Amino acid sequence: MDIIVCIKQVPDTTEVKINPETNTLIREGVPSIINPFDENAIEEALRLREKHGGKVTVITMGPPQAKEALKQAIAMGADDVALVSDKAFAGSDTWATSYTLAQTIKKIGRFDIIFCGKQAIDGDTAQVGPGIAEWLNIPQITFAVKVELQGDKIKVERLLEEANEVVEVPLPCMLTVVKQINEPRVSSLKGMMKAKKTEIKTFSAADVDADPLKTGHNGSPTRVVKIFTPPPKGGGEMLCGSTEEMVSSLISRLKERKTI
Amino acid sequence: MLDYGFKEEHTMIRELVRKIAVEKVMPVRAELDEKEQFPWEILKVLAEADLCGLYIPEEYGGFGQSVLAFCIATEELSRVCGGVGVTFAASALGSTPILIFGTEEQKRKYMPEIAAGKKLAAFGLTEANAGSDASGLETTAVKDGDYYILNGTKQWITNGGEAEIYSVIAMTDKKKGARGATAFIIEKGTPGFDFGKKEKKMGIRCSATRELVFQNCKVHKDQILGKEGMGFIVAMKTLDLTRPGIGAQAVGIAQGALDEAIKYAKERVQFGKPIISIQAVQHMLANMATQIEASRALVYSVAKAIDNGAKDYTKEASMAKLIASDTAMFVTTEAVQIMGGYGYMREYPVEKMMRDAKITQIYEGTNQIQRNQIGLSLIKESARK
Ligand SMILES: Cc1cc2nc3c(=O)[nH]c(=O)nc-3n(C[C@H](O)[C@H](O)[C@H](O)COP(=O)(O)OP(=O)(O)OC[C@H]3O[C@@H](n4cnc5c(N)ncnc54)[C@H](O)[C@@H]3O)c2cc1C
Ligand SMILES: Cc1cc2nc3c(=O)[nH]c(=O)nc-3n(C[C@H](O)[C@H](O)[C@H](O)COP(=O)(O)OP(=O)(O)OC[C@H]3O[C@@H](n4cnc5c(N)ncnc54)[C@H](O)[C@@H]3O)c2cc1C
Repeated sequence: MDIIVCIKQVPDTTEVKINPETNTLIREGVPSIINPFDENAIEEALRLREKHGGKVTVITMGPPQAKEALKQAIAMGADDVALVSDKAFAGSDTWATSYTLAQTIKKIGRFDIIFCGKQAIDGDTAQVGPGIAEWLNIPQITFAVKVELQGDKIKVERLLEEANEVVEVPLPCMLTVVKQINEPRVSSLKGMMKAKKTEIKTFSAADVDADPLKTGHNGSPTRVVKIFTPPPKGGGEMLCGSTEEMVSSLISRLKERKTI
Repeated sequence: MLDYGFKEEHTMIRELVRKIAVEKVMPVRAELDEKEQFPWEILKVLAEADLCGLYIPEEYGGFGQSVLAFCIATEELSRVCGGVGVTFAASALGSTPILIFGTEEQKRKYMPEIAAGKKLAAFGLTEANAGSDASGLETTAVKDGDYYILNGTKQWITNGGEAEIYSVIAMTDKKKGARGATAFIIEKGTPGFDFGKKEKKMGIRCSATRELVFQNCKVHKDQILGKEGMGFIVAMKTLDLTRPGIGAQAVGIAQGALDEAIKYAKERVQFGKPIISIQAVQHMLANMATQIEASRALVYSVAKAIDNGAKDYTKEASMAKLIASDTAMFVTTEAVQIMGGYGYMREYPVEKMMRDAKITQIYEGTNQIQRNQIGLSLIKESARK
């Protein structure tokens, strides 16, 4: 069983702040972490390996400092990791990101399952996993909450809003996981020692045979026109007094604002 | 905290244990205390993180036999919960006799599972009539061919009932006095070995404290640690080695209380300003922090000295336990004081810390006994000059 997990390094906050002048993320002073859902993805991959044997390879596309995220993956128990990093990748949208990751996965070669997180807590598009599956032309199952391997097939329960759905697909396939799927383990001391010693290998654009027209800013059809923090909602107002007083006060206010 | 010039692995251990303590222990500590519930879930996490064998050599599945590493881990756990801290540390207390007196075979049999956190160990010395004065032991082990038949009851044994492996001291020959005691390894499930009542305690309430009851319990002579008659030596050498761990536990509890007191003092406003701006409060915090750092420095120094191969460290191990546990009691009491009525409430964690701190002045030798020990060492040293 060869499992590949795609992880993204993100700023450690669920409230990403944006500089309104430059429309870019304010990253100063915010430590980086593995995207939380991707920790669940790593955990699920490790559990499958523990049960069925095999190898877990964790990859990320990002700047050189994303090595830290990969080291944490080793500390958790990943067998192998790879950083995909190149100046040419700068400005990638989800199209270019998923293309680049798919190229990397092709380069790695063998895989039965690809795990991704449900979405990244900064970009939030939830498109990269499905994008990878499309580039590789393999089945995809999103929002996995329970995974059961059955020979060369996999049975997956999907967490949907109204109900859970159980689907079955042949391997190889791509799964994105939700946080309810498991509780990620903490790193182990032996894993941390191993991570410290491991030299992280890096793939460049050339290494993964990436078409320059499909990567980075050039390869990204999306243009982020504006990113902004929505203005905070104004506080509500409690009306006091008898029912009659409150009703007449409410009506006059609504008239004032020309709502009615 | 001062930079103590740790090796990278020590810093790693601290960060890892801190993470586990904050993420896994902090959210449940009040509930574990309230329900007097043994922290199995947390022990599982510690085991998976390879933290149960810090004091055990690699050849027996451990991480390299470092008292310092063990102290750092115990400190960080105790900083969040003294009960979890002692549960973790008591397994080291229970297995240290095997580590220092066990035969190669005994070590190979028992240490790997303890190092992997699959089994817990416990140490059984104390009895109803033998606390500070171990010569009052009444549990007997009578030789019968290749076996010994044990009878008697051990009291207040940490991890009692939960542990699988017990180091137990019993009298093989009362007439021989101090040379009449013998240490045995006894496994849970051995016929004639049972557990008595589980105590209800003031503090460290998630830790299990229980009686070990022996009724014609038959133990093979291969289970003896060291030789017949060496029981008290086994106990004393073990306690010498584990006392810095109690010191570390106490430092952790104290640090946890200081953390809370500072946080609170910055937030609490009286007379129009945060109480931390009141110099009297700052002085209390200053005294607390100073005593903690002094205790920590001594605990680390003794641990490092042991790791570097020091032979005679009885006096200093006692000093480390003494100063750190007195500090824990002082600091937690002051933390409650700084937090006023809120500090006294169970909704806040410092009242528990104050209850947890008290035990560190009592077990593994009361602080009076530590002073006796230090005094005795001083007399011996002066006689040598
Ligand atoms: C605030 C913000 C808004 C953005 N808006 C858009 C937009 O509207 N459209 C657009 O195309 N791009 C957008 N981007 C760029 C987008 O974030 C990047 O293309 C990014 O590389 C992938 O998208 P995502 O973060 O939404 O990931 P998602 O698709 O939400 O991530 C899902 C999963 O894919 C995997 N994954 C994602 N990125 C990587 C990676 N670099 N390496 C390995 N695995 C990965 C992880 O498993 C992750 O859990 C935005 C970025 C930011 C910061
Ligand atoms: C929660 C808990 C967990 C424990 N865990 C274990 C365990 O895992 N294994 C184990 O074997 N034991 C354990 N013990 C026992 C513990 O080590 C003893 O309680 C301790 O050694 C003191 O014995 P005692 O309580 O009988 O007090 P006593 O010996 O009766 O002492 C009573 C008082 O007299 C003082 N005193 C006694 N003799 C002297 C002296 N010569 N000079 C000055 N003062 C003196 C003491 O300091 C104390 O203040 C535990 C105890 C508790 C409460």
